[in-house]
Amino acid sequence: MSGAFRPANQDSPLLRGLLLAAAVLVALVMLVLPLAAVLAEALRRGLGVALAAIAEPDTLAAIRLTMLVAALTVPLNLVGGVAAAWCIAKHQFPGRRLLVTLIELPFAVSPVIAGMVFVLMFGAQGWFGPWLQARDIQVVFALPGLVLATMFVTFPFVARTVLPLMQEQGKDEEEAAATLGASGLQTFLRVTLPNVKWALLAGVLLCNARAMGEFGAVSVVSGHIRGETNTMPLHVEILYNEYQFAGAFAVAALLALLGLVTLAAKTLLERLAGREMGGRA
Amino acid sequence: MSVELQGIVRRFGATAALEGVSLNVREGEFVALLGPSGSGKTTLLRVLAGLEGTDAGVVRVAGRDLTGVPARERGIGMVFQNYALFRHMTVFDNIAFGLRVRKHRPHHAEIATRVRRLLELVQVPELEARYPEQCSGGQRQRVALARALAIEPRLLLLDEPFSALDALVRKDVRRWLRGLHDGLGITSVLVTHDQEEAMELADRIAVMERGRIVQFDTAEALLRAPATPFVAGFVGEAARLPCTVRGGVAHFDPLPLAPLRAALPDGAATAFVRPHDILARAGGAAMVRLVRQEGGGAARLVVQAGEVVLDATVAPGESLSRGEPCRLTLRGGHVFSTTGGCVQAQPLAAAMAS
Repeated sequence: MSGAFRPANQDSPLLRGLLLAAAVLVALVMLVLPLAAVLAEALRRGLGVALAAIAEPDTLAAIRLTMLVAALTVPLNLVGGVAAAWCIAKHQFPGRRLLVTLIELPFAVSPVIAGMVFVLMFGAQGWFGPWLQARDIQVVFALPGLVLATMFVTFPFVARTVLPLMQEQGKDEEEAAATLGASGLQTFLRVTLPNVKWALLAGVLLCNARAMGEFGAVSVVSGHIRGETNTMPLHVEILYNEYQFAGAFAVAALLALLGLVTLAAKTLLERLAGREMGGRA
Repeated sequence: MSVELQGIVRRFGATAALEGVSLNVREGEFVALLGPSGSGKTTLLRVLAGLEGTDAGVVRVAGRDLTGVPARERGIGMVFQNYALFRHMTVFDNIAFGLRVRKHRPHHAEIATRVRRLLELVQVPELEARYPEQCSGGQRQRVALARALAIEPRLLLLDEPFSALDALVRKDVRRWLRGLHDGLGITSVLVTHDQEEAMELADRIAVMERGRIVQFDTAEALLRAPATPFVAGFVGEAARLPCTVRGGVAHFDPLPLAPLRAALPDGAATAFVRPHDILARAGGAAMVRLVRQEGGGAARLVVQAGEVVLDATVAPGESLSRGEPCRLTLRGGHVFSTTGGCVQAQPLAAAMAS
C-alpha cells in the first residue's frame, strides 16, 4: 500500500487545490478587481485632483446629506428591527408569520418600487399630497423622503440578524428573570438585549453600509437637486453622466472606502465577540 | 407556605392541558408531581409560578389568592429544566440578579455577602467568576438553585431538575437537595417523570394523567393501594396482565399463571403484579429468558409466559439459569375490574388457609 493515510472526510489535494483556486479567482475578479479599479481610476490623475473633486461644495453637500440620512435611518431601524424581532421571537400572536414575511419584503421588492410608493403617497399628486401641502410639509424631494425610502430598503438588516439568535435562545431566560422579580423593561435591558448585542452591532453596521450606498429608492424620491437632495451615490451618477470622471471616481472611491471601513469594523467586532465567547469556553 | 389549587383548568386551543386540578400542599412539605410526558405536570408548575395563565380555578399560596398576579410579584423561586441561567452573566451576577432588580435594591456590599453565602450553601463558592458555559451540569444546577433561593422564596418549584445530570451524580444531588429543603424549612414542589426520584425526595406524590391528578398520597400508599389502573401500572413497575374473574377468582388463562383470589364481580379485569410478587420455580410451562443477579437479594428474571414477557423473582431456595423451563406463582397483586372495582388479590391457597 502506498500513500499516507487520508481521513475519509478529506478530498484529494488536487481537488482541494482546484476548488480553492476557483474560489480565489471568482473573489478576485468579482470583488477585489472592481474595487481596485475604482480606487485606481480615482487616483489616476493624482491624489490632489481627487481631493479637489471631493472638496467641491456640491460634493461636500452630498457627503453631508448621506451621513445625515444614515444617522437618522440607522437608529430608527435599530429600534424598529429589535422591536420586530423581539415580538416575533418572544411572543405568540395572530399574524406572527405574516410579520416574518413582511420583514423580508424590502429584500424582495425592487428599491425603485419602494421609492415610487413613497412618491405615490406623499408626492404633490399623492394620497397625502394635498394634506401635506396645506401644512407646508415637504416629504418627497426632501430629507424626510430620503430617510423614509432608505429606511424601507434597510429595514431587514437589523431584524434579520437579531431574529434567528433570539429565536434560538427562546424565552427561558426571560421567564427566569420574571420569577426573580424583574419587570418587563428590566428583563429586556438586562437579559434580552445583552444576549444579542454582537449580532445587533453587526446588523447595525450592515444597515449603515447599505443606508449610505442606497441608490434606487433614493433616486426616485430625491429629485436630484444638487447641493440639497443629492446623496453620494446619486452624485456619483450625475458627475459620471456629465463626463466628470475624476470627480465621479473620487466620490465613488470615498463611498467604497466608507463601506470597507464598515466591513472592517464588523469583522473586528466579530473577532472581539469570538474572543469573549472563546474566553468562556 | 401552604399551596392550594382549586379546579385549575388550562386549555391550549382545543386540547386541555389541565382539566380541573385541585391540590393542597402543606407548609414545609416536599411534593412531587409525577406523570408521563404530556400529563400536564409542567403546565401545573408553570401555573403556580405565574408563567402560565389559567382558564378557570383558583391558586392560593399561604392563603393569598394569586390568580392573575404576574410571576414577578409572586416571590416564588423556580429552577428550570435546563436551568435557564443568564448566559452573558457570571455565576455571581446570575445569583445577584433577583436582588438587583428589586425596587429597594440592597447595598452592593450586602448583595455580595448574600451571594457568597448562597454559593457556600450550594457548595460551589469557587464558581463565582465563571460563566454558565464554563460550569458542568451539576454545577449549573446548583447555581440555578442558588439564584432561585436568592429572593428568599417560601415556595420553591423544581422542573425536572435532575434530568440533565448523569445517573451517578443524580443520587447524590437528590439527597443533598432533600437535606437543603429540610434545613431551609421551605415548601417545595418538584416535577418529574422518574418515580424513583419522586419516591426518594417527596413526602407526598401527586400522580398525574392527562391533565388530572389521579392520586395524591405518600409513596407507600401509592404502592399499597393504587387508586386507578394507571397508578398501579405507572408506580412501582408492575406488569399488566389481562384476566377474567369467575366466582371471586381471577384466571389468567391462556397464560401459565396460577389464579388469584379477587373479590370482584364476574367479567374481564386487569391485574397489576410487581416483579417481587411473581415467583419462579424450576420446571413448568414458562421459560427463563434472562437472569440478572441483584446484590444481596434474590436474582431477578425475565421470563416468557405464553405470549407475555414478565419480570419475575427467583423463589427462595431455587436456582434458575437462562433457557430453563420454570413455573410461576403469584404472591398477590392489584386487580381492577372493567366496571371500576379494585381489590388487593391474594393467592388461592393463602386465602383458603386464613
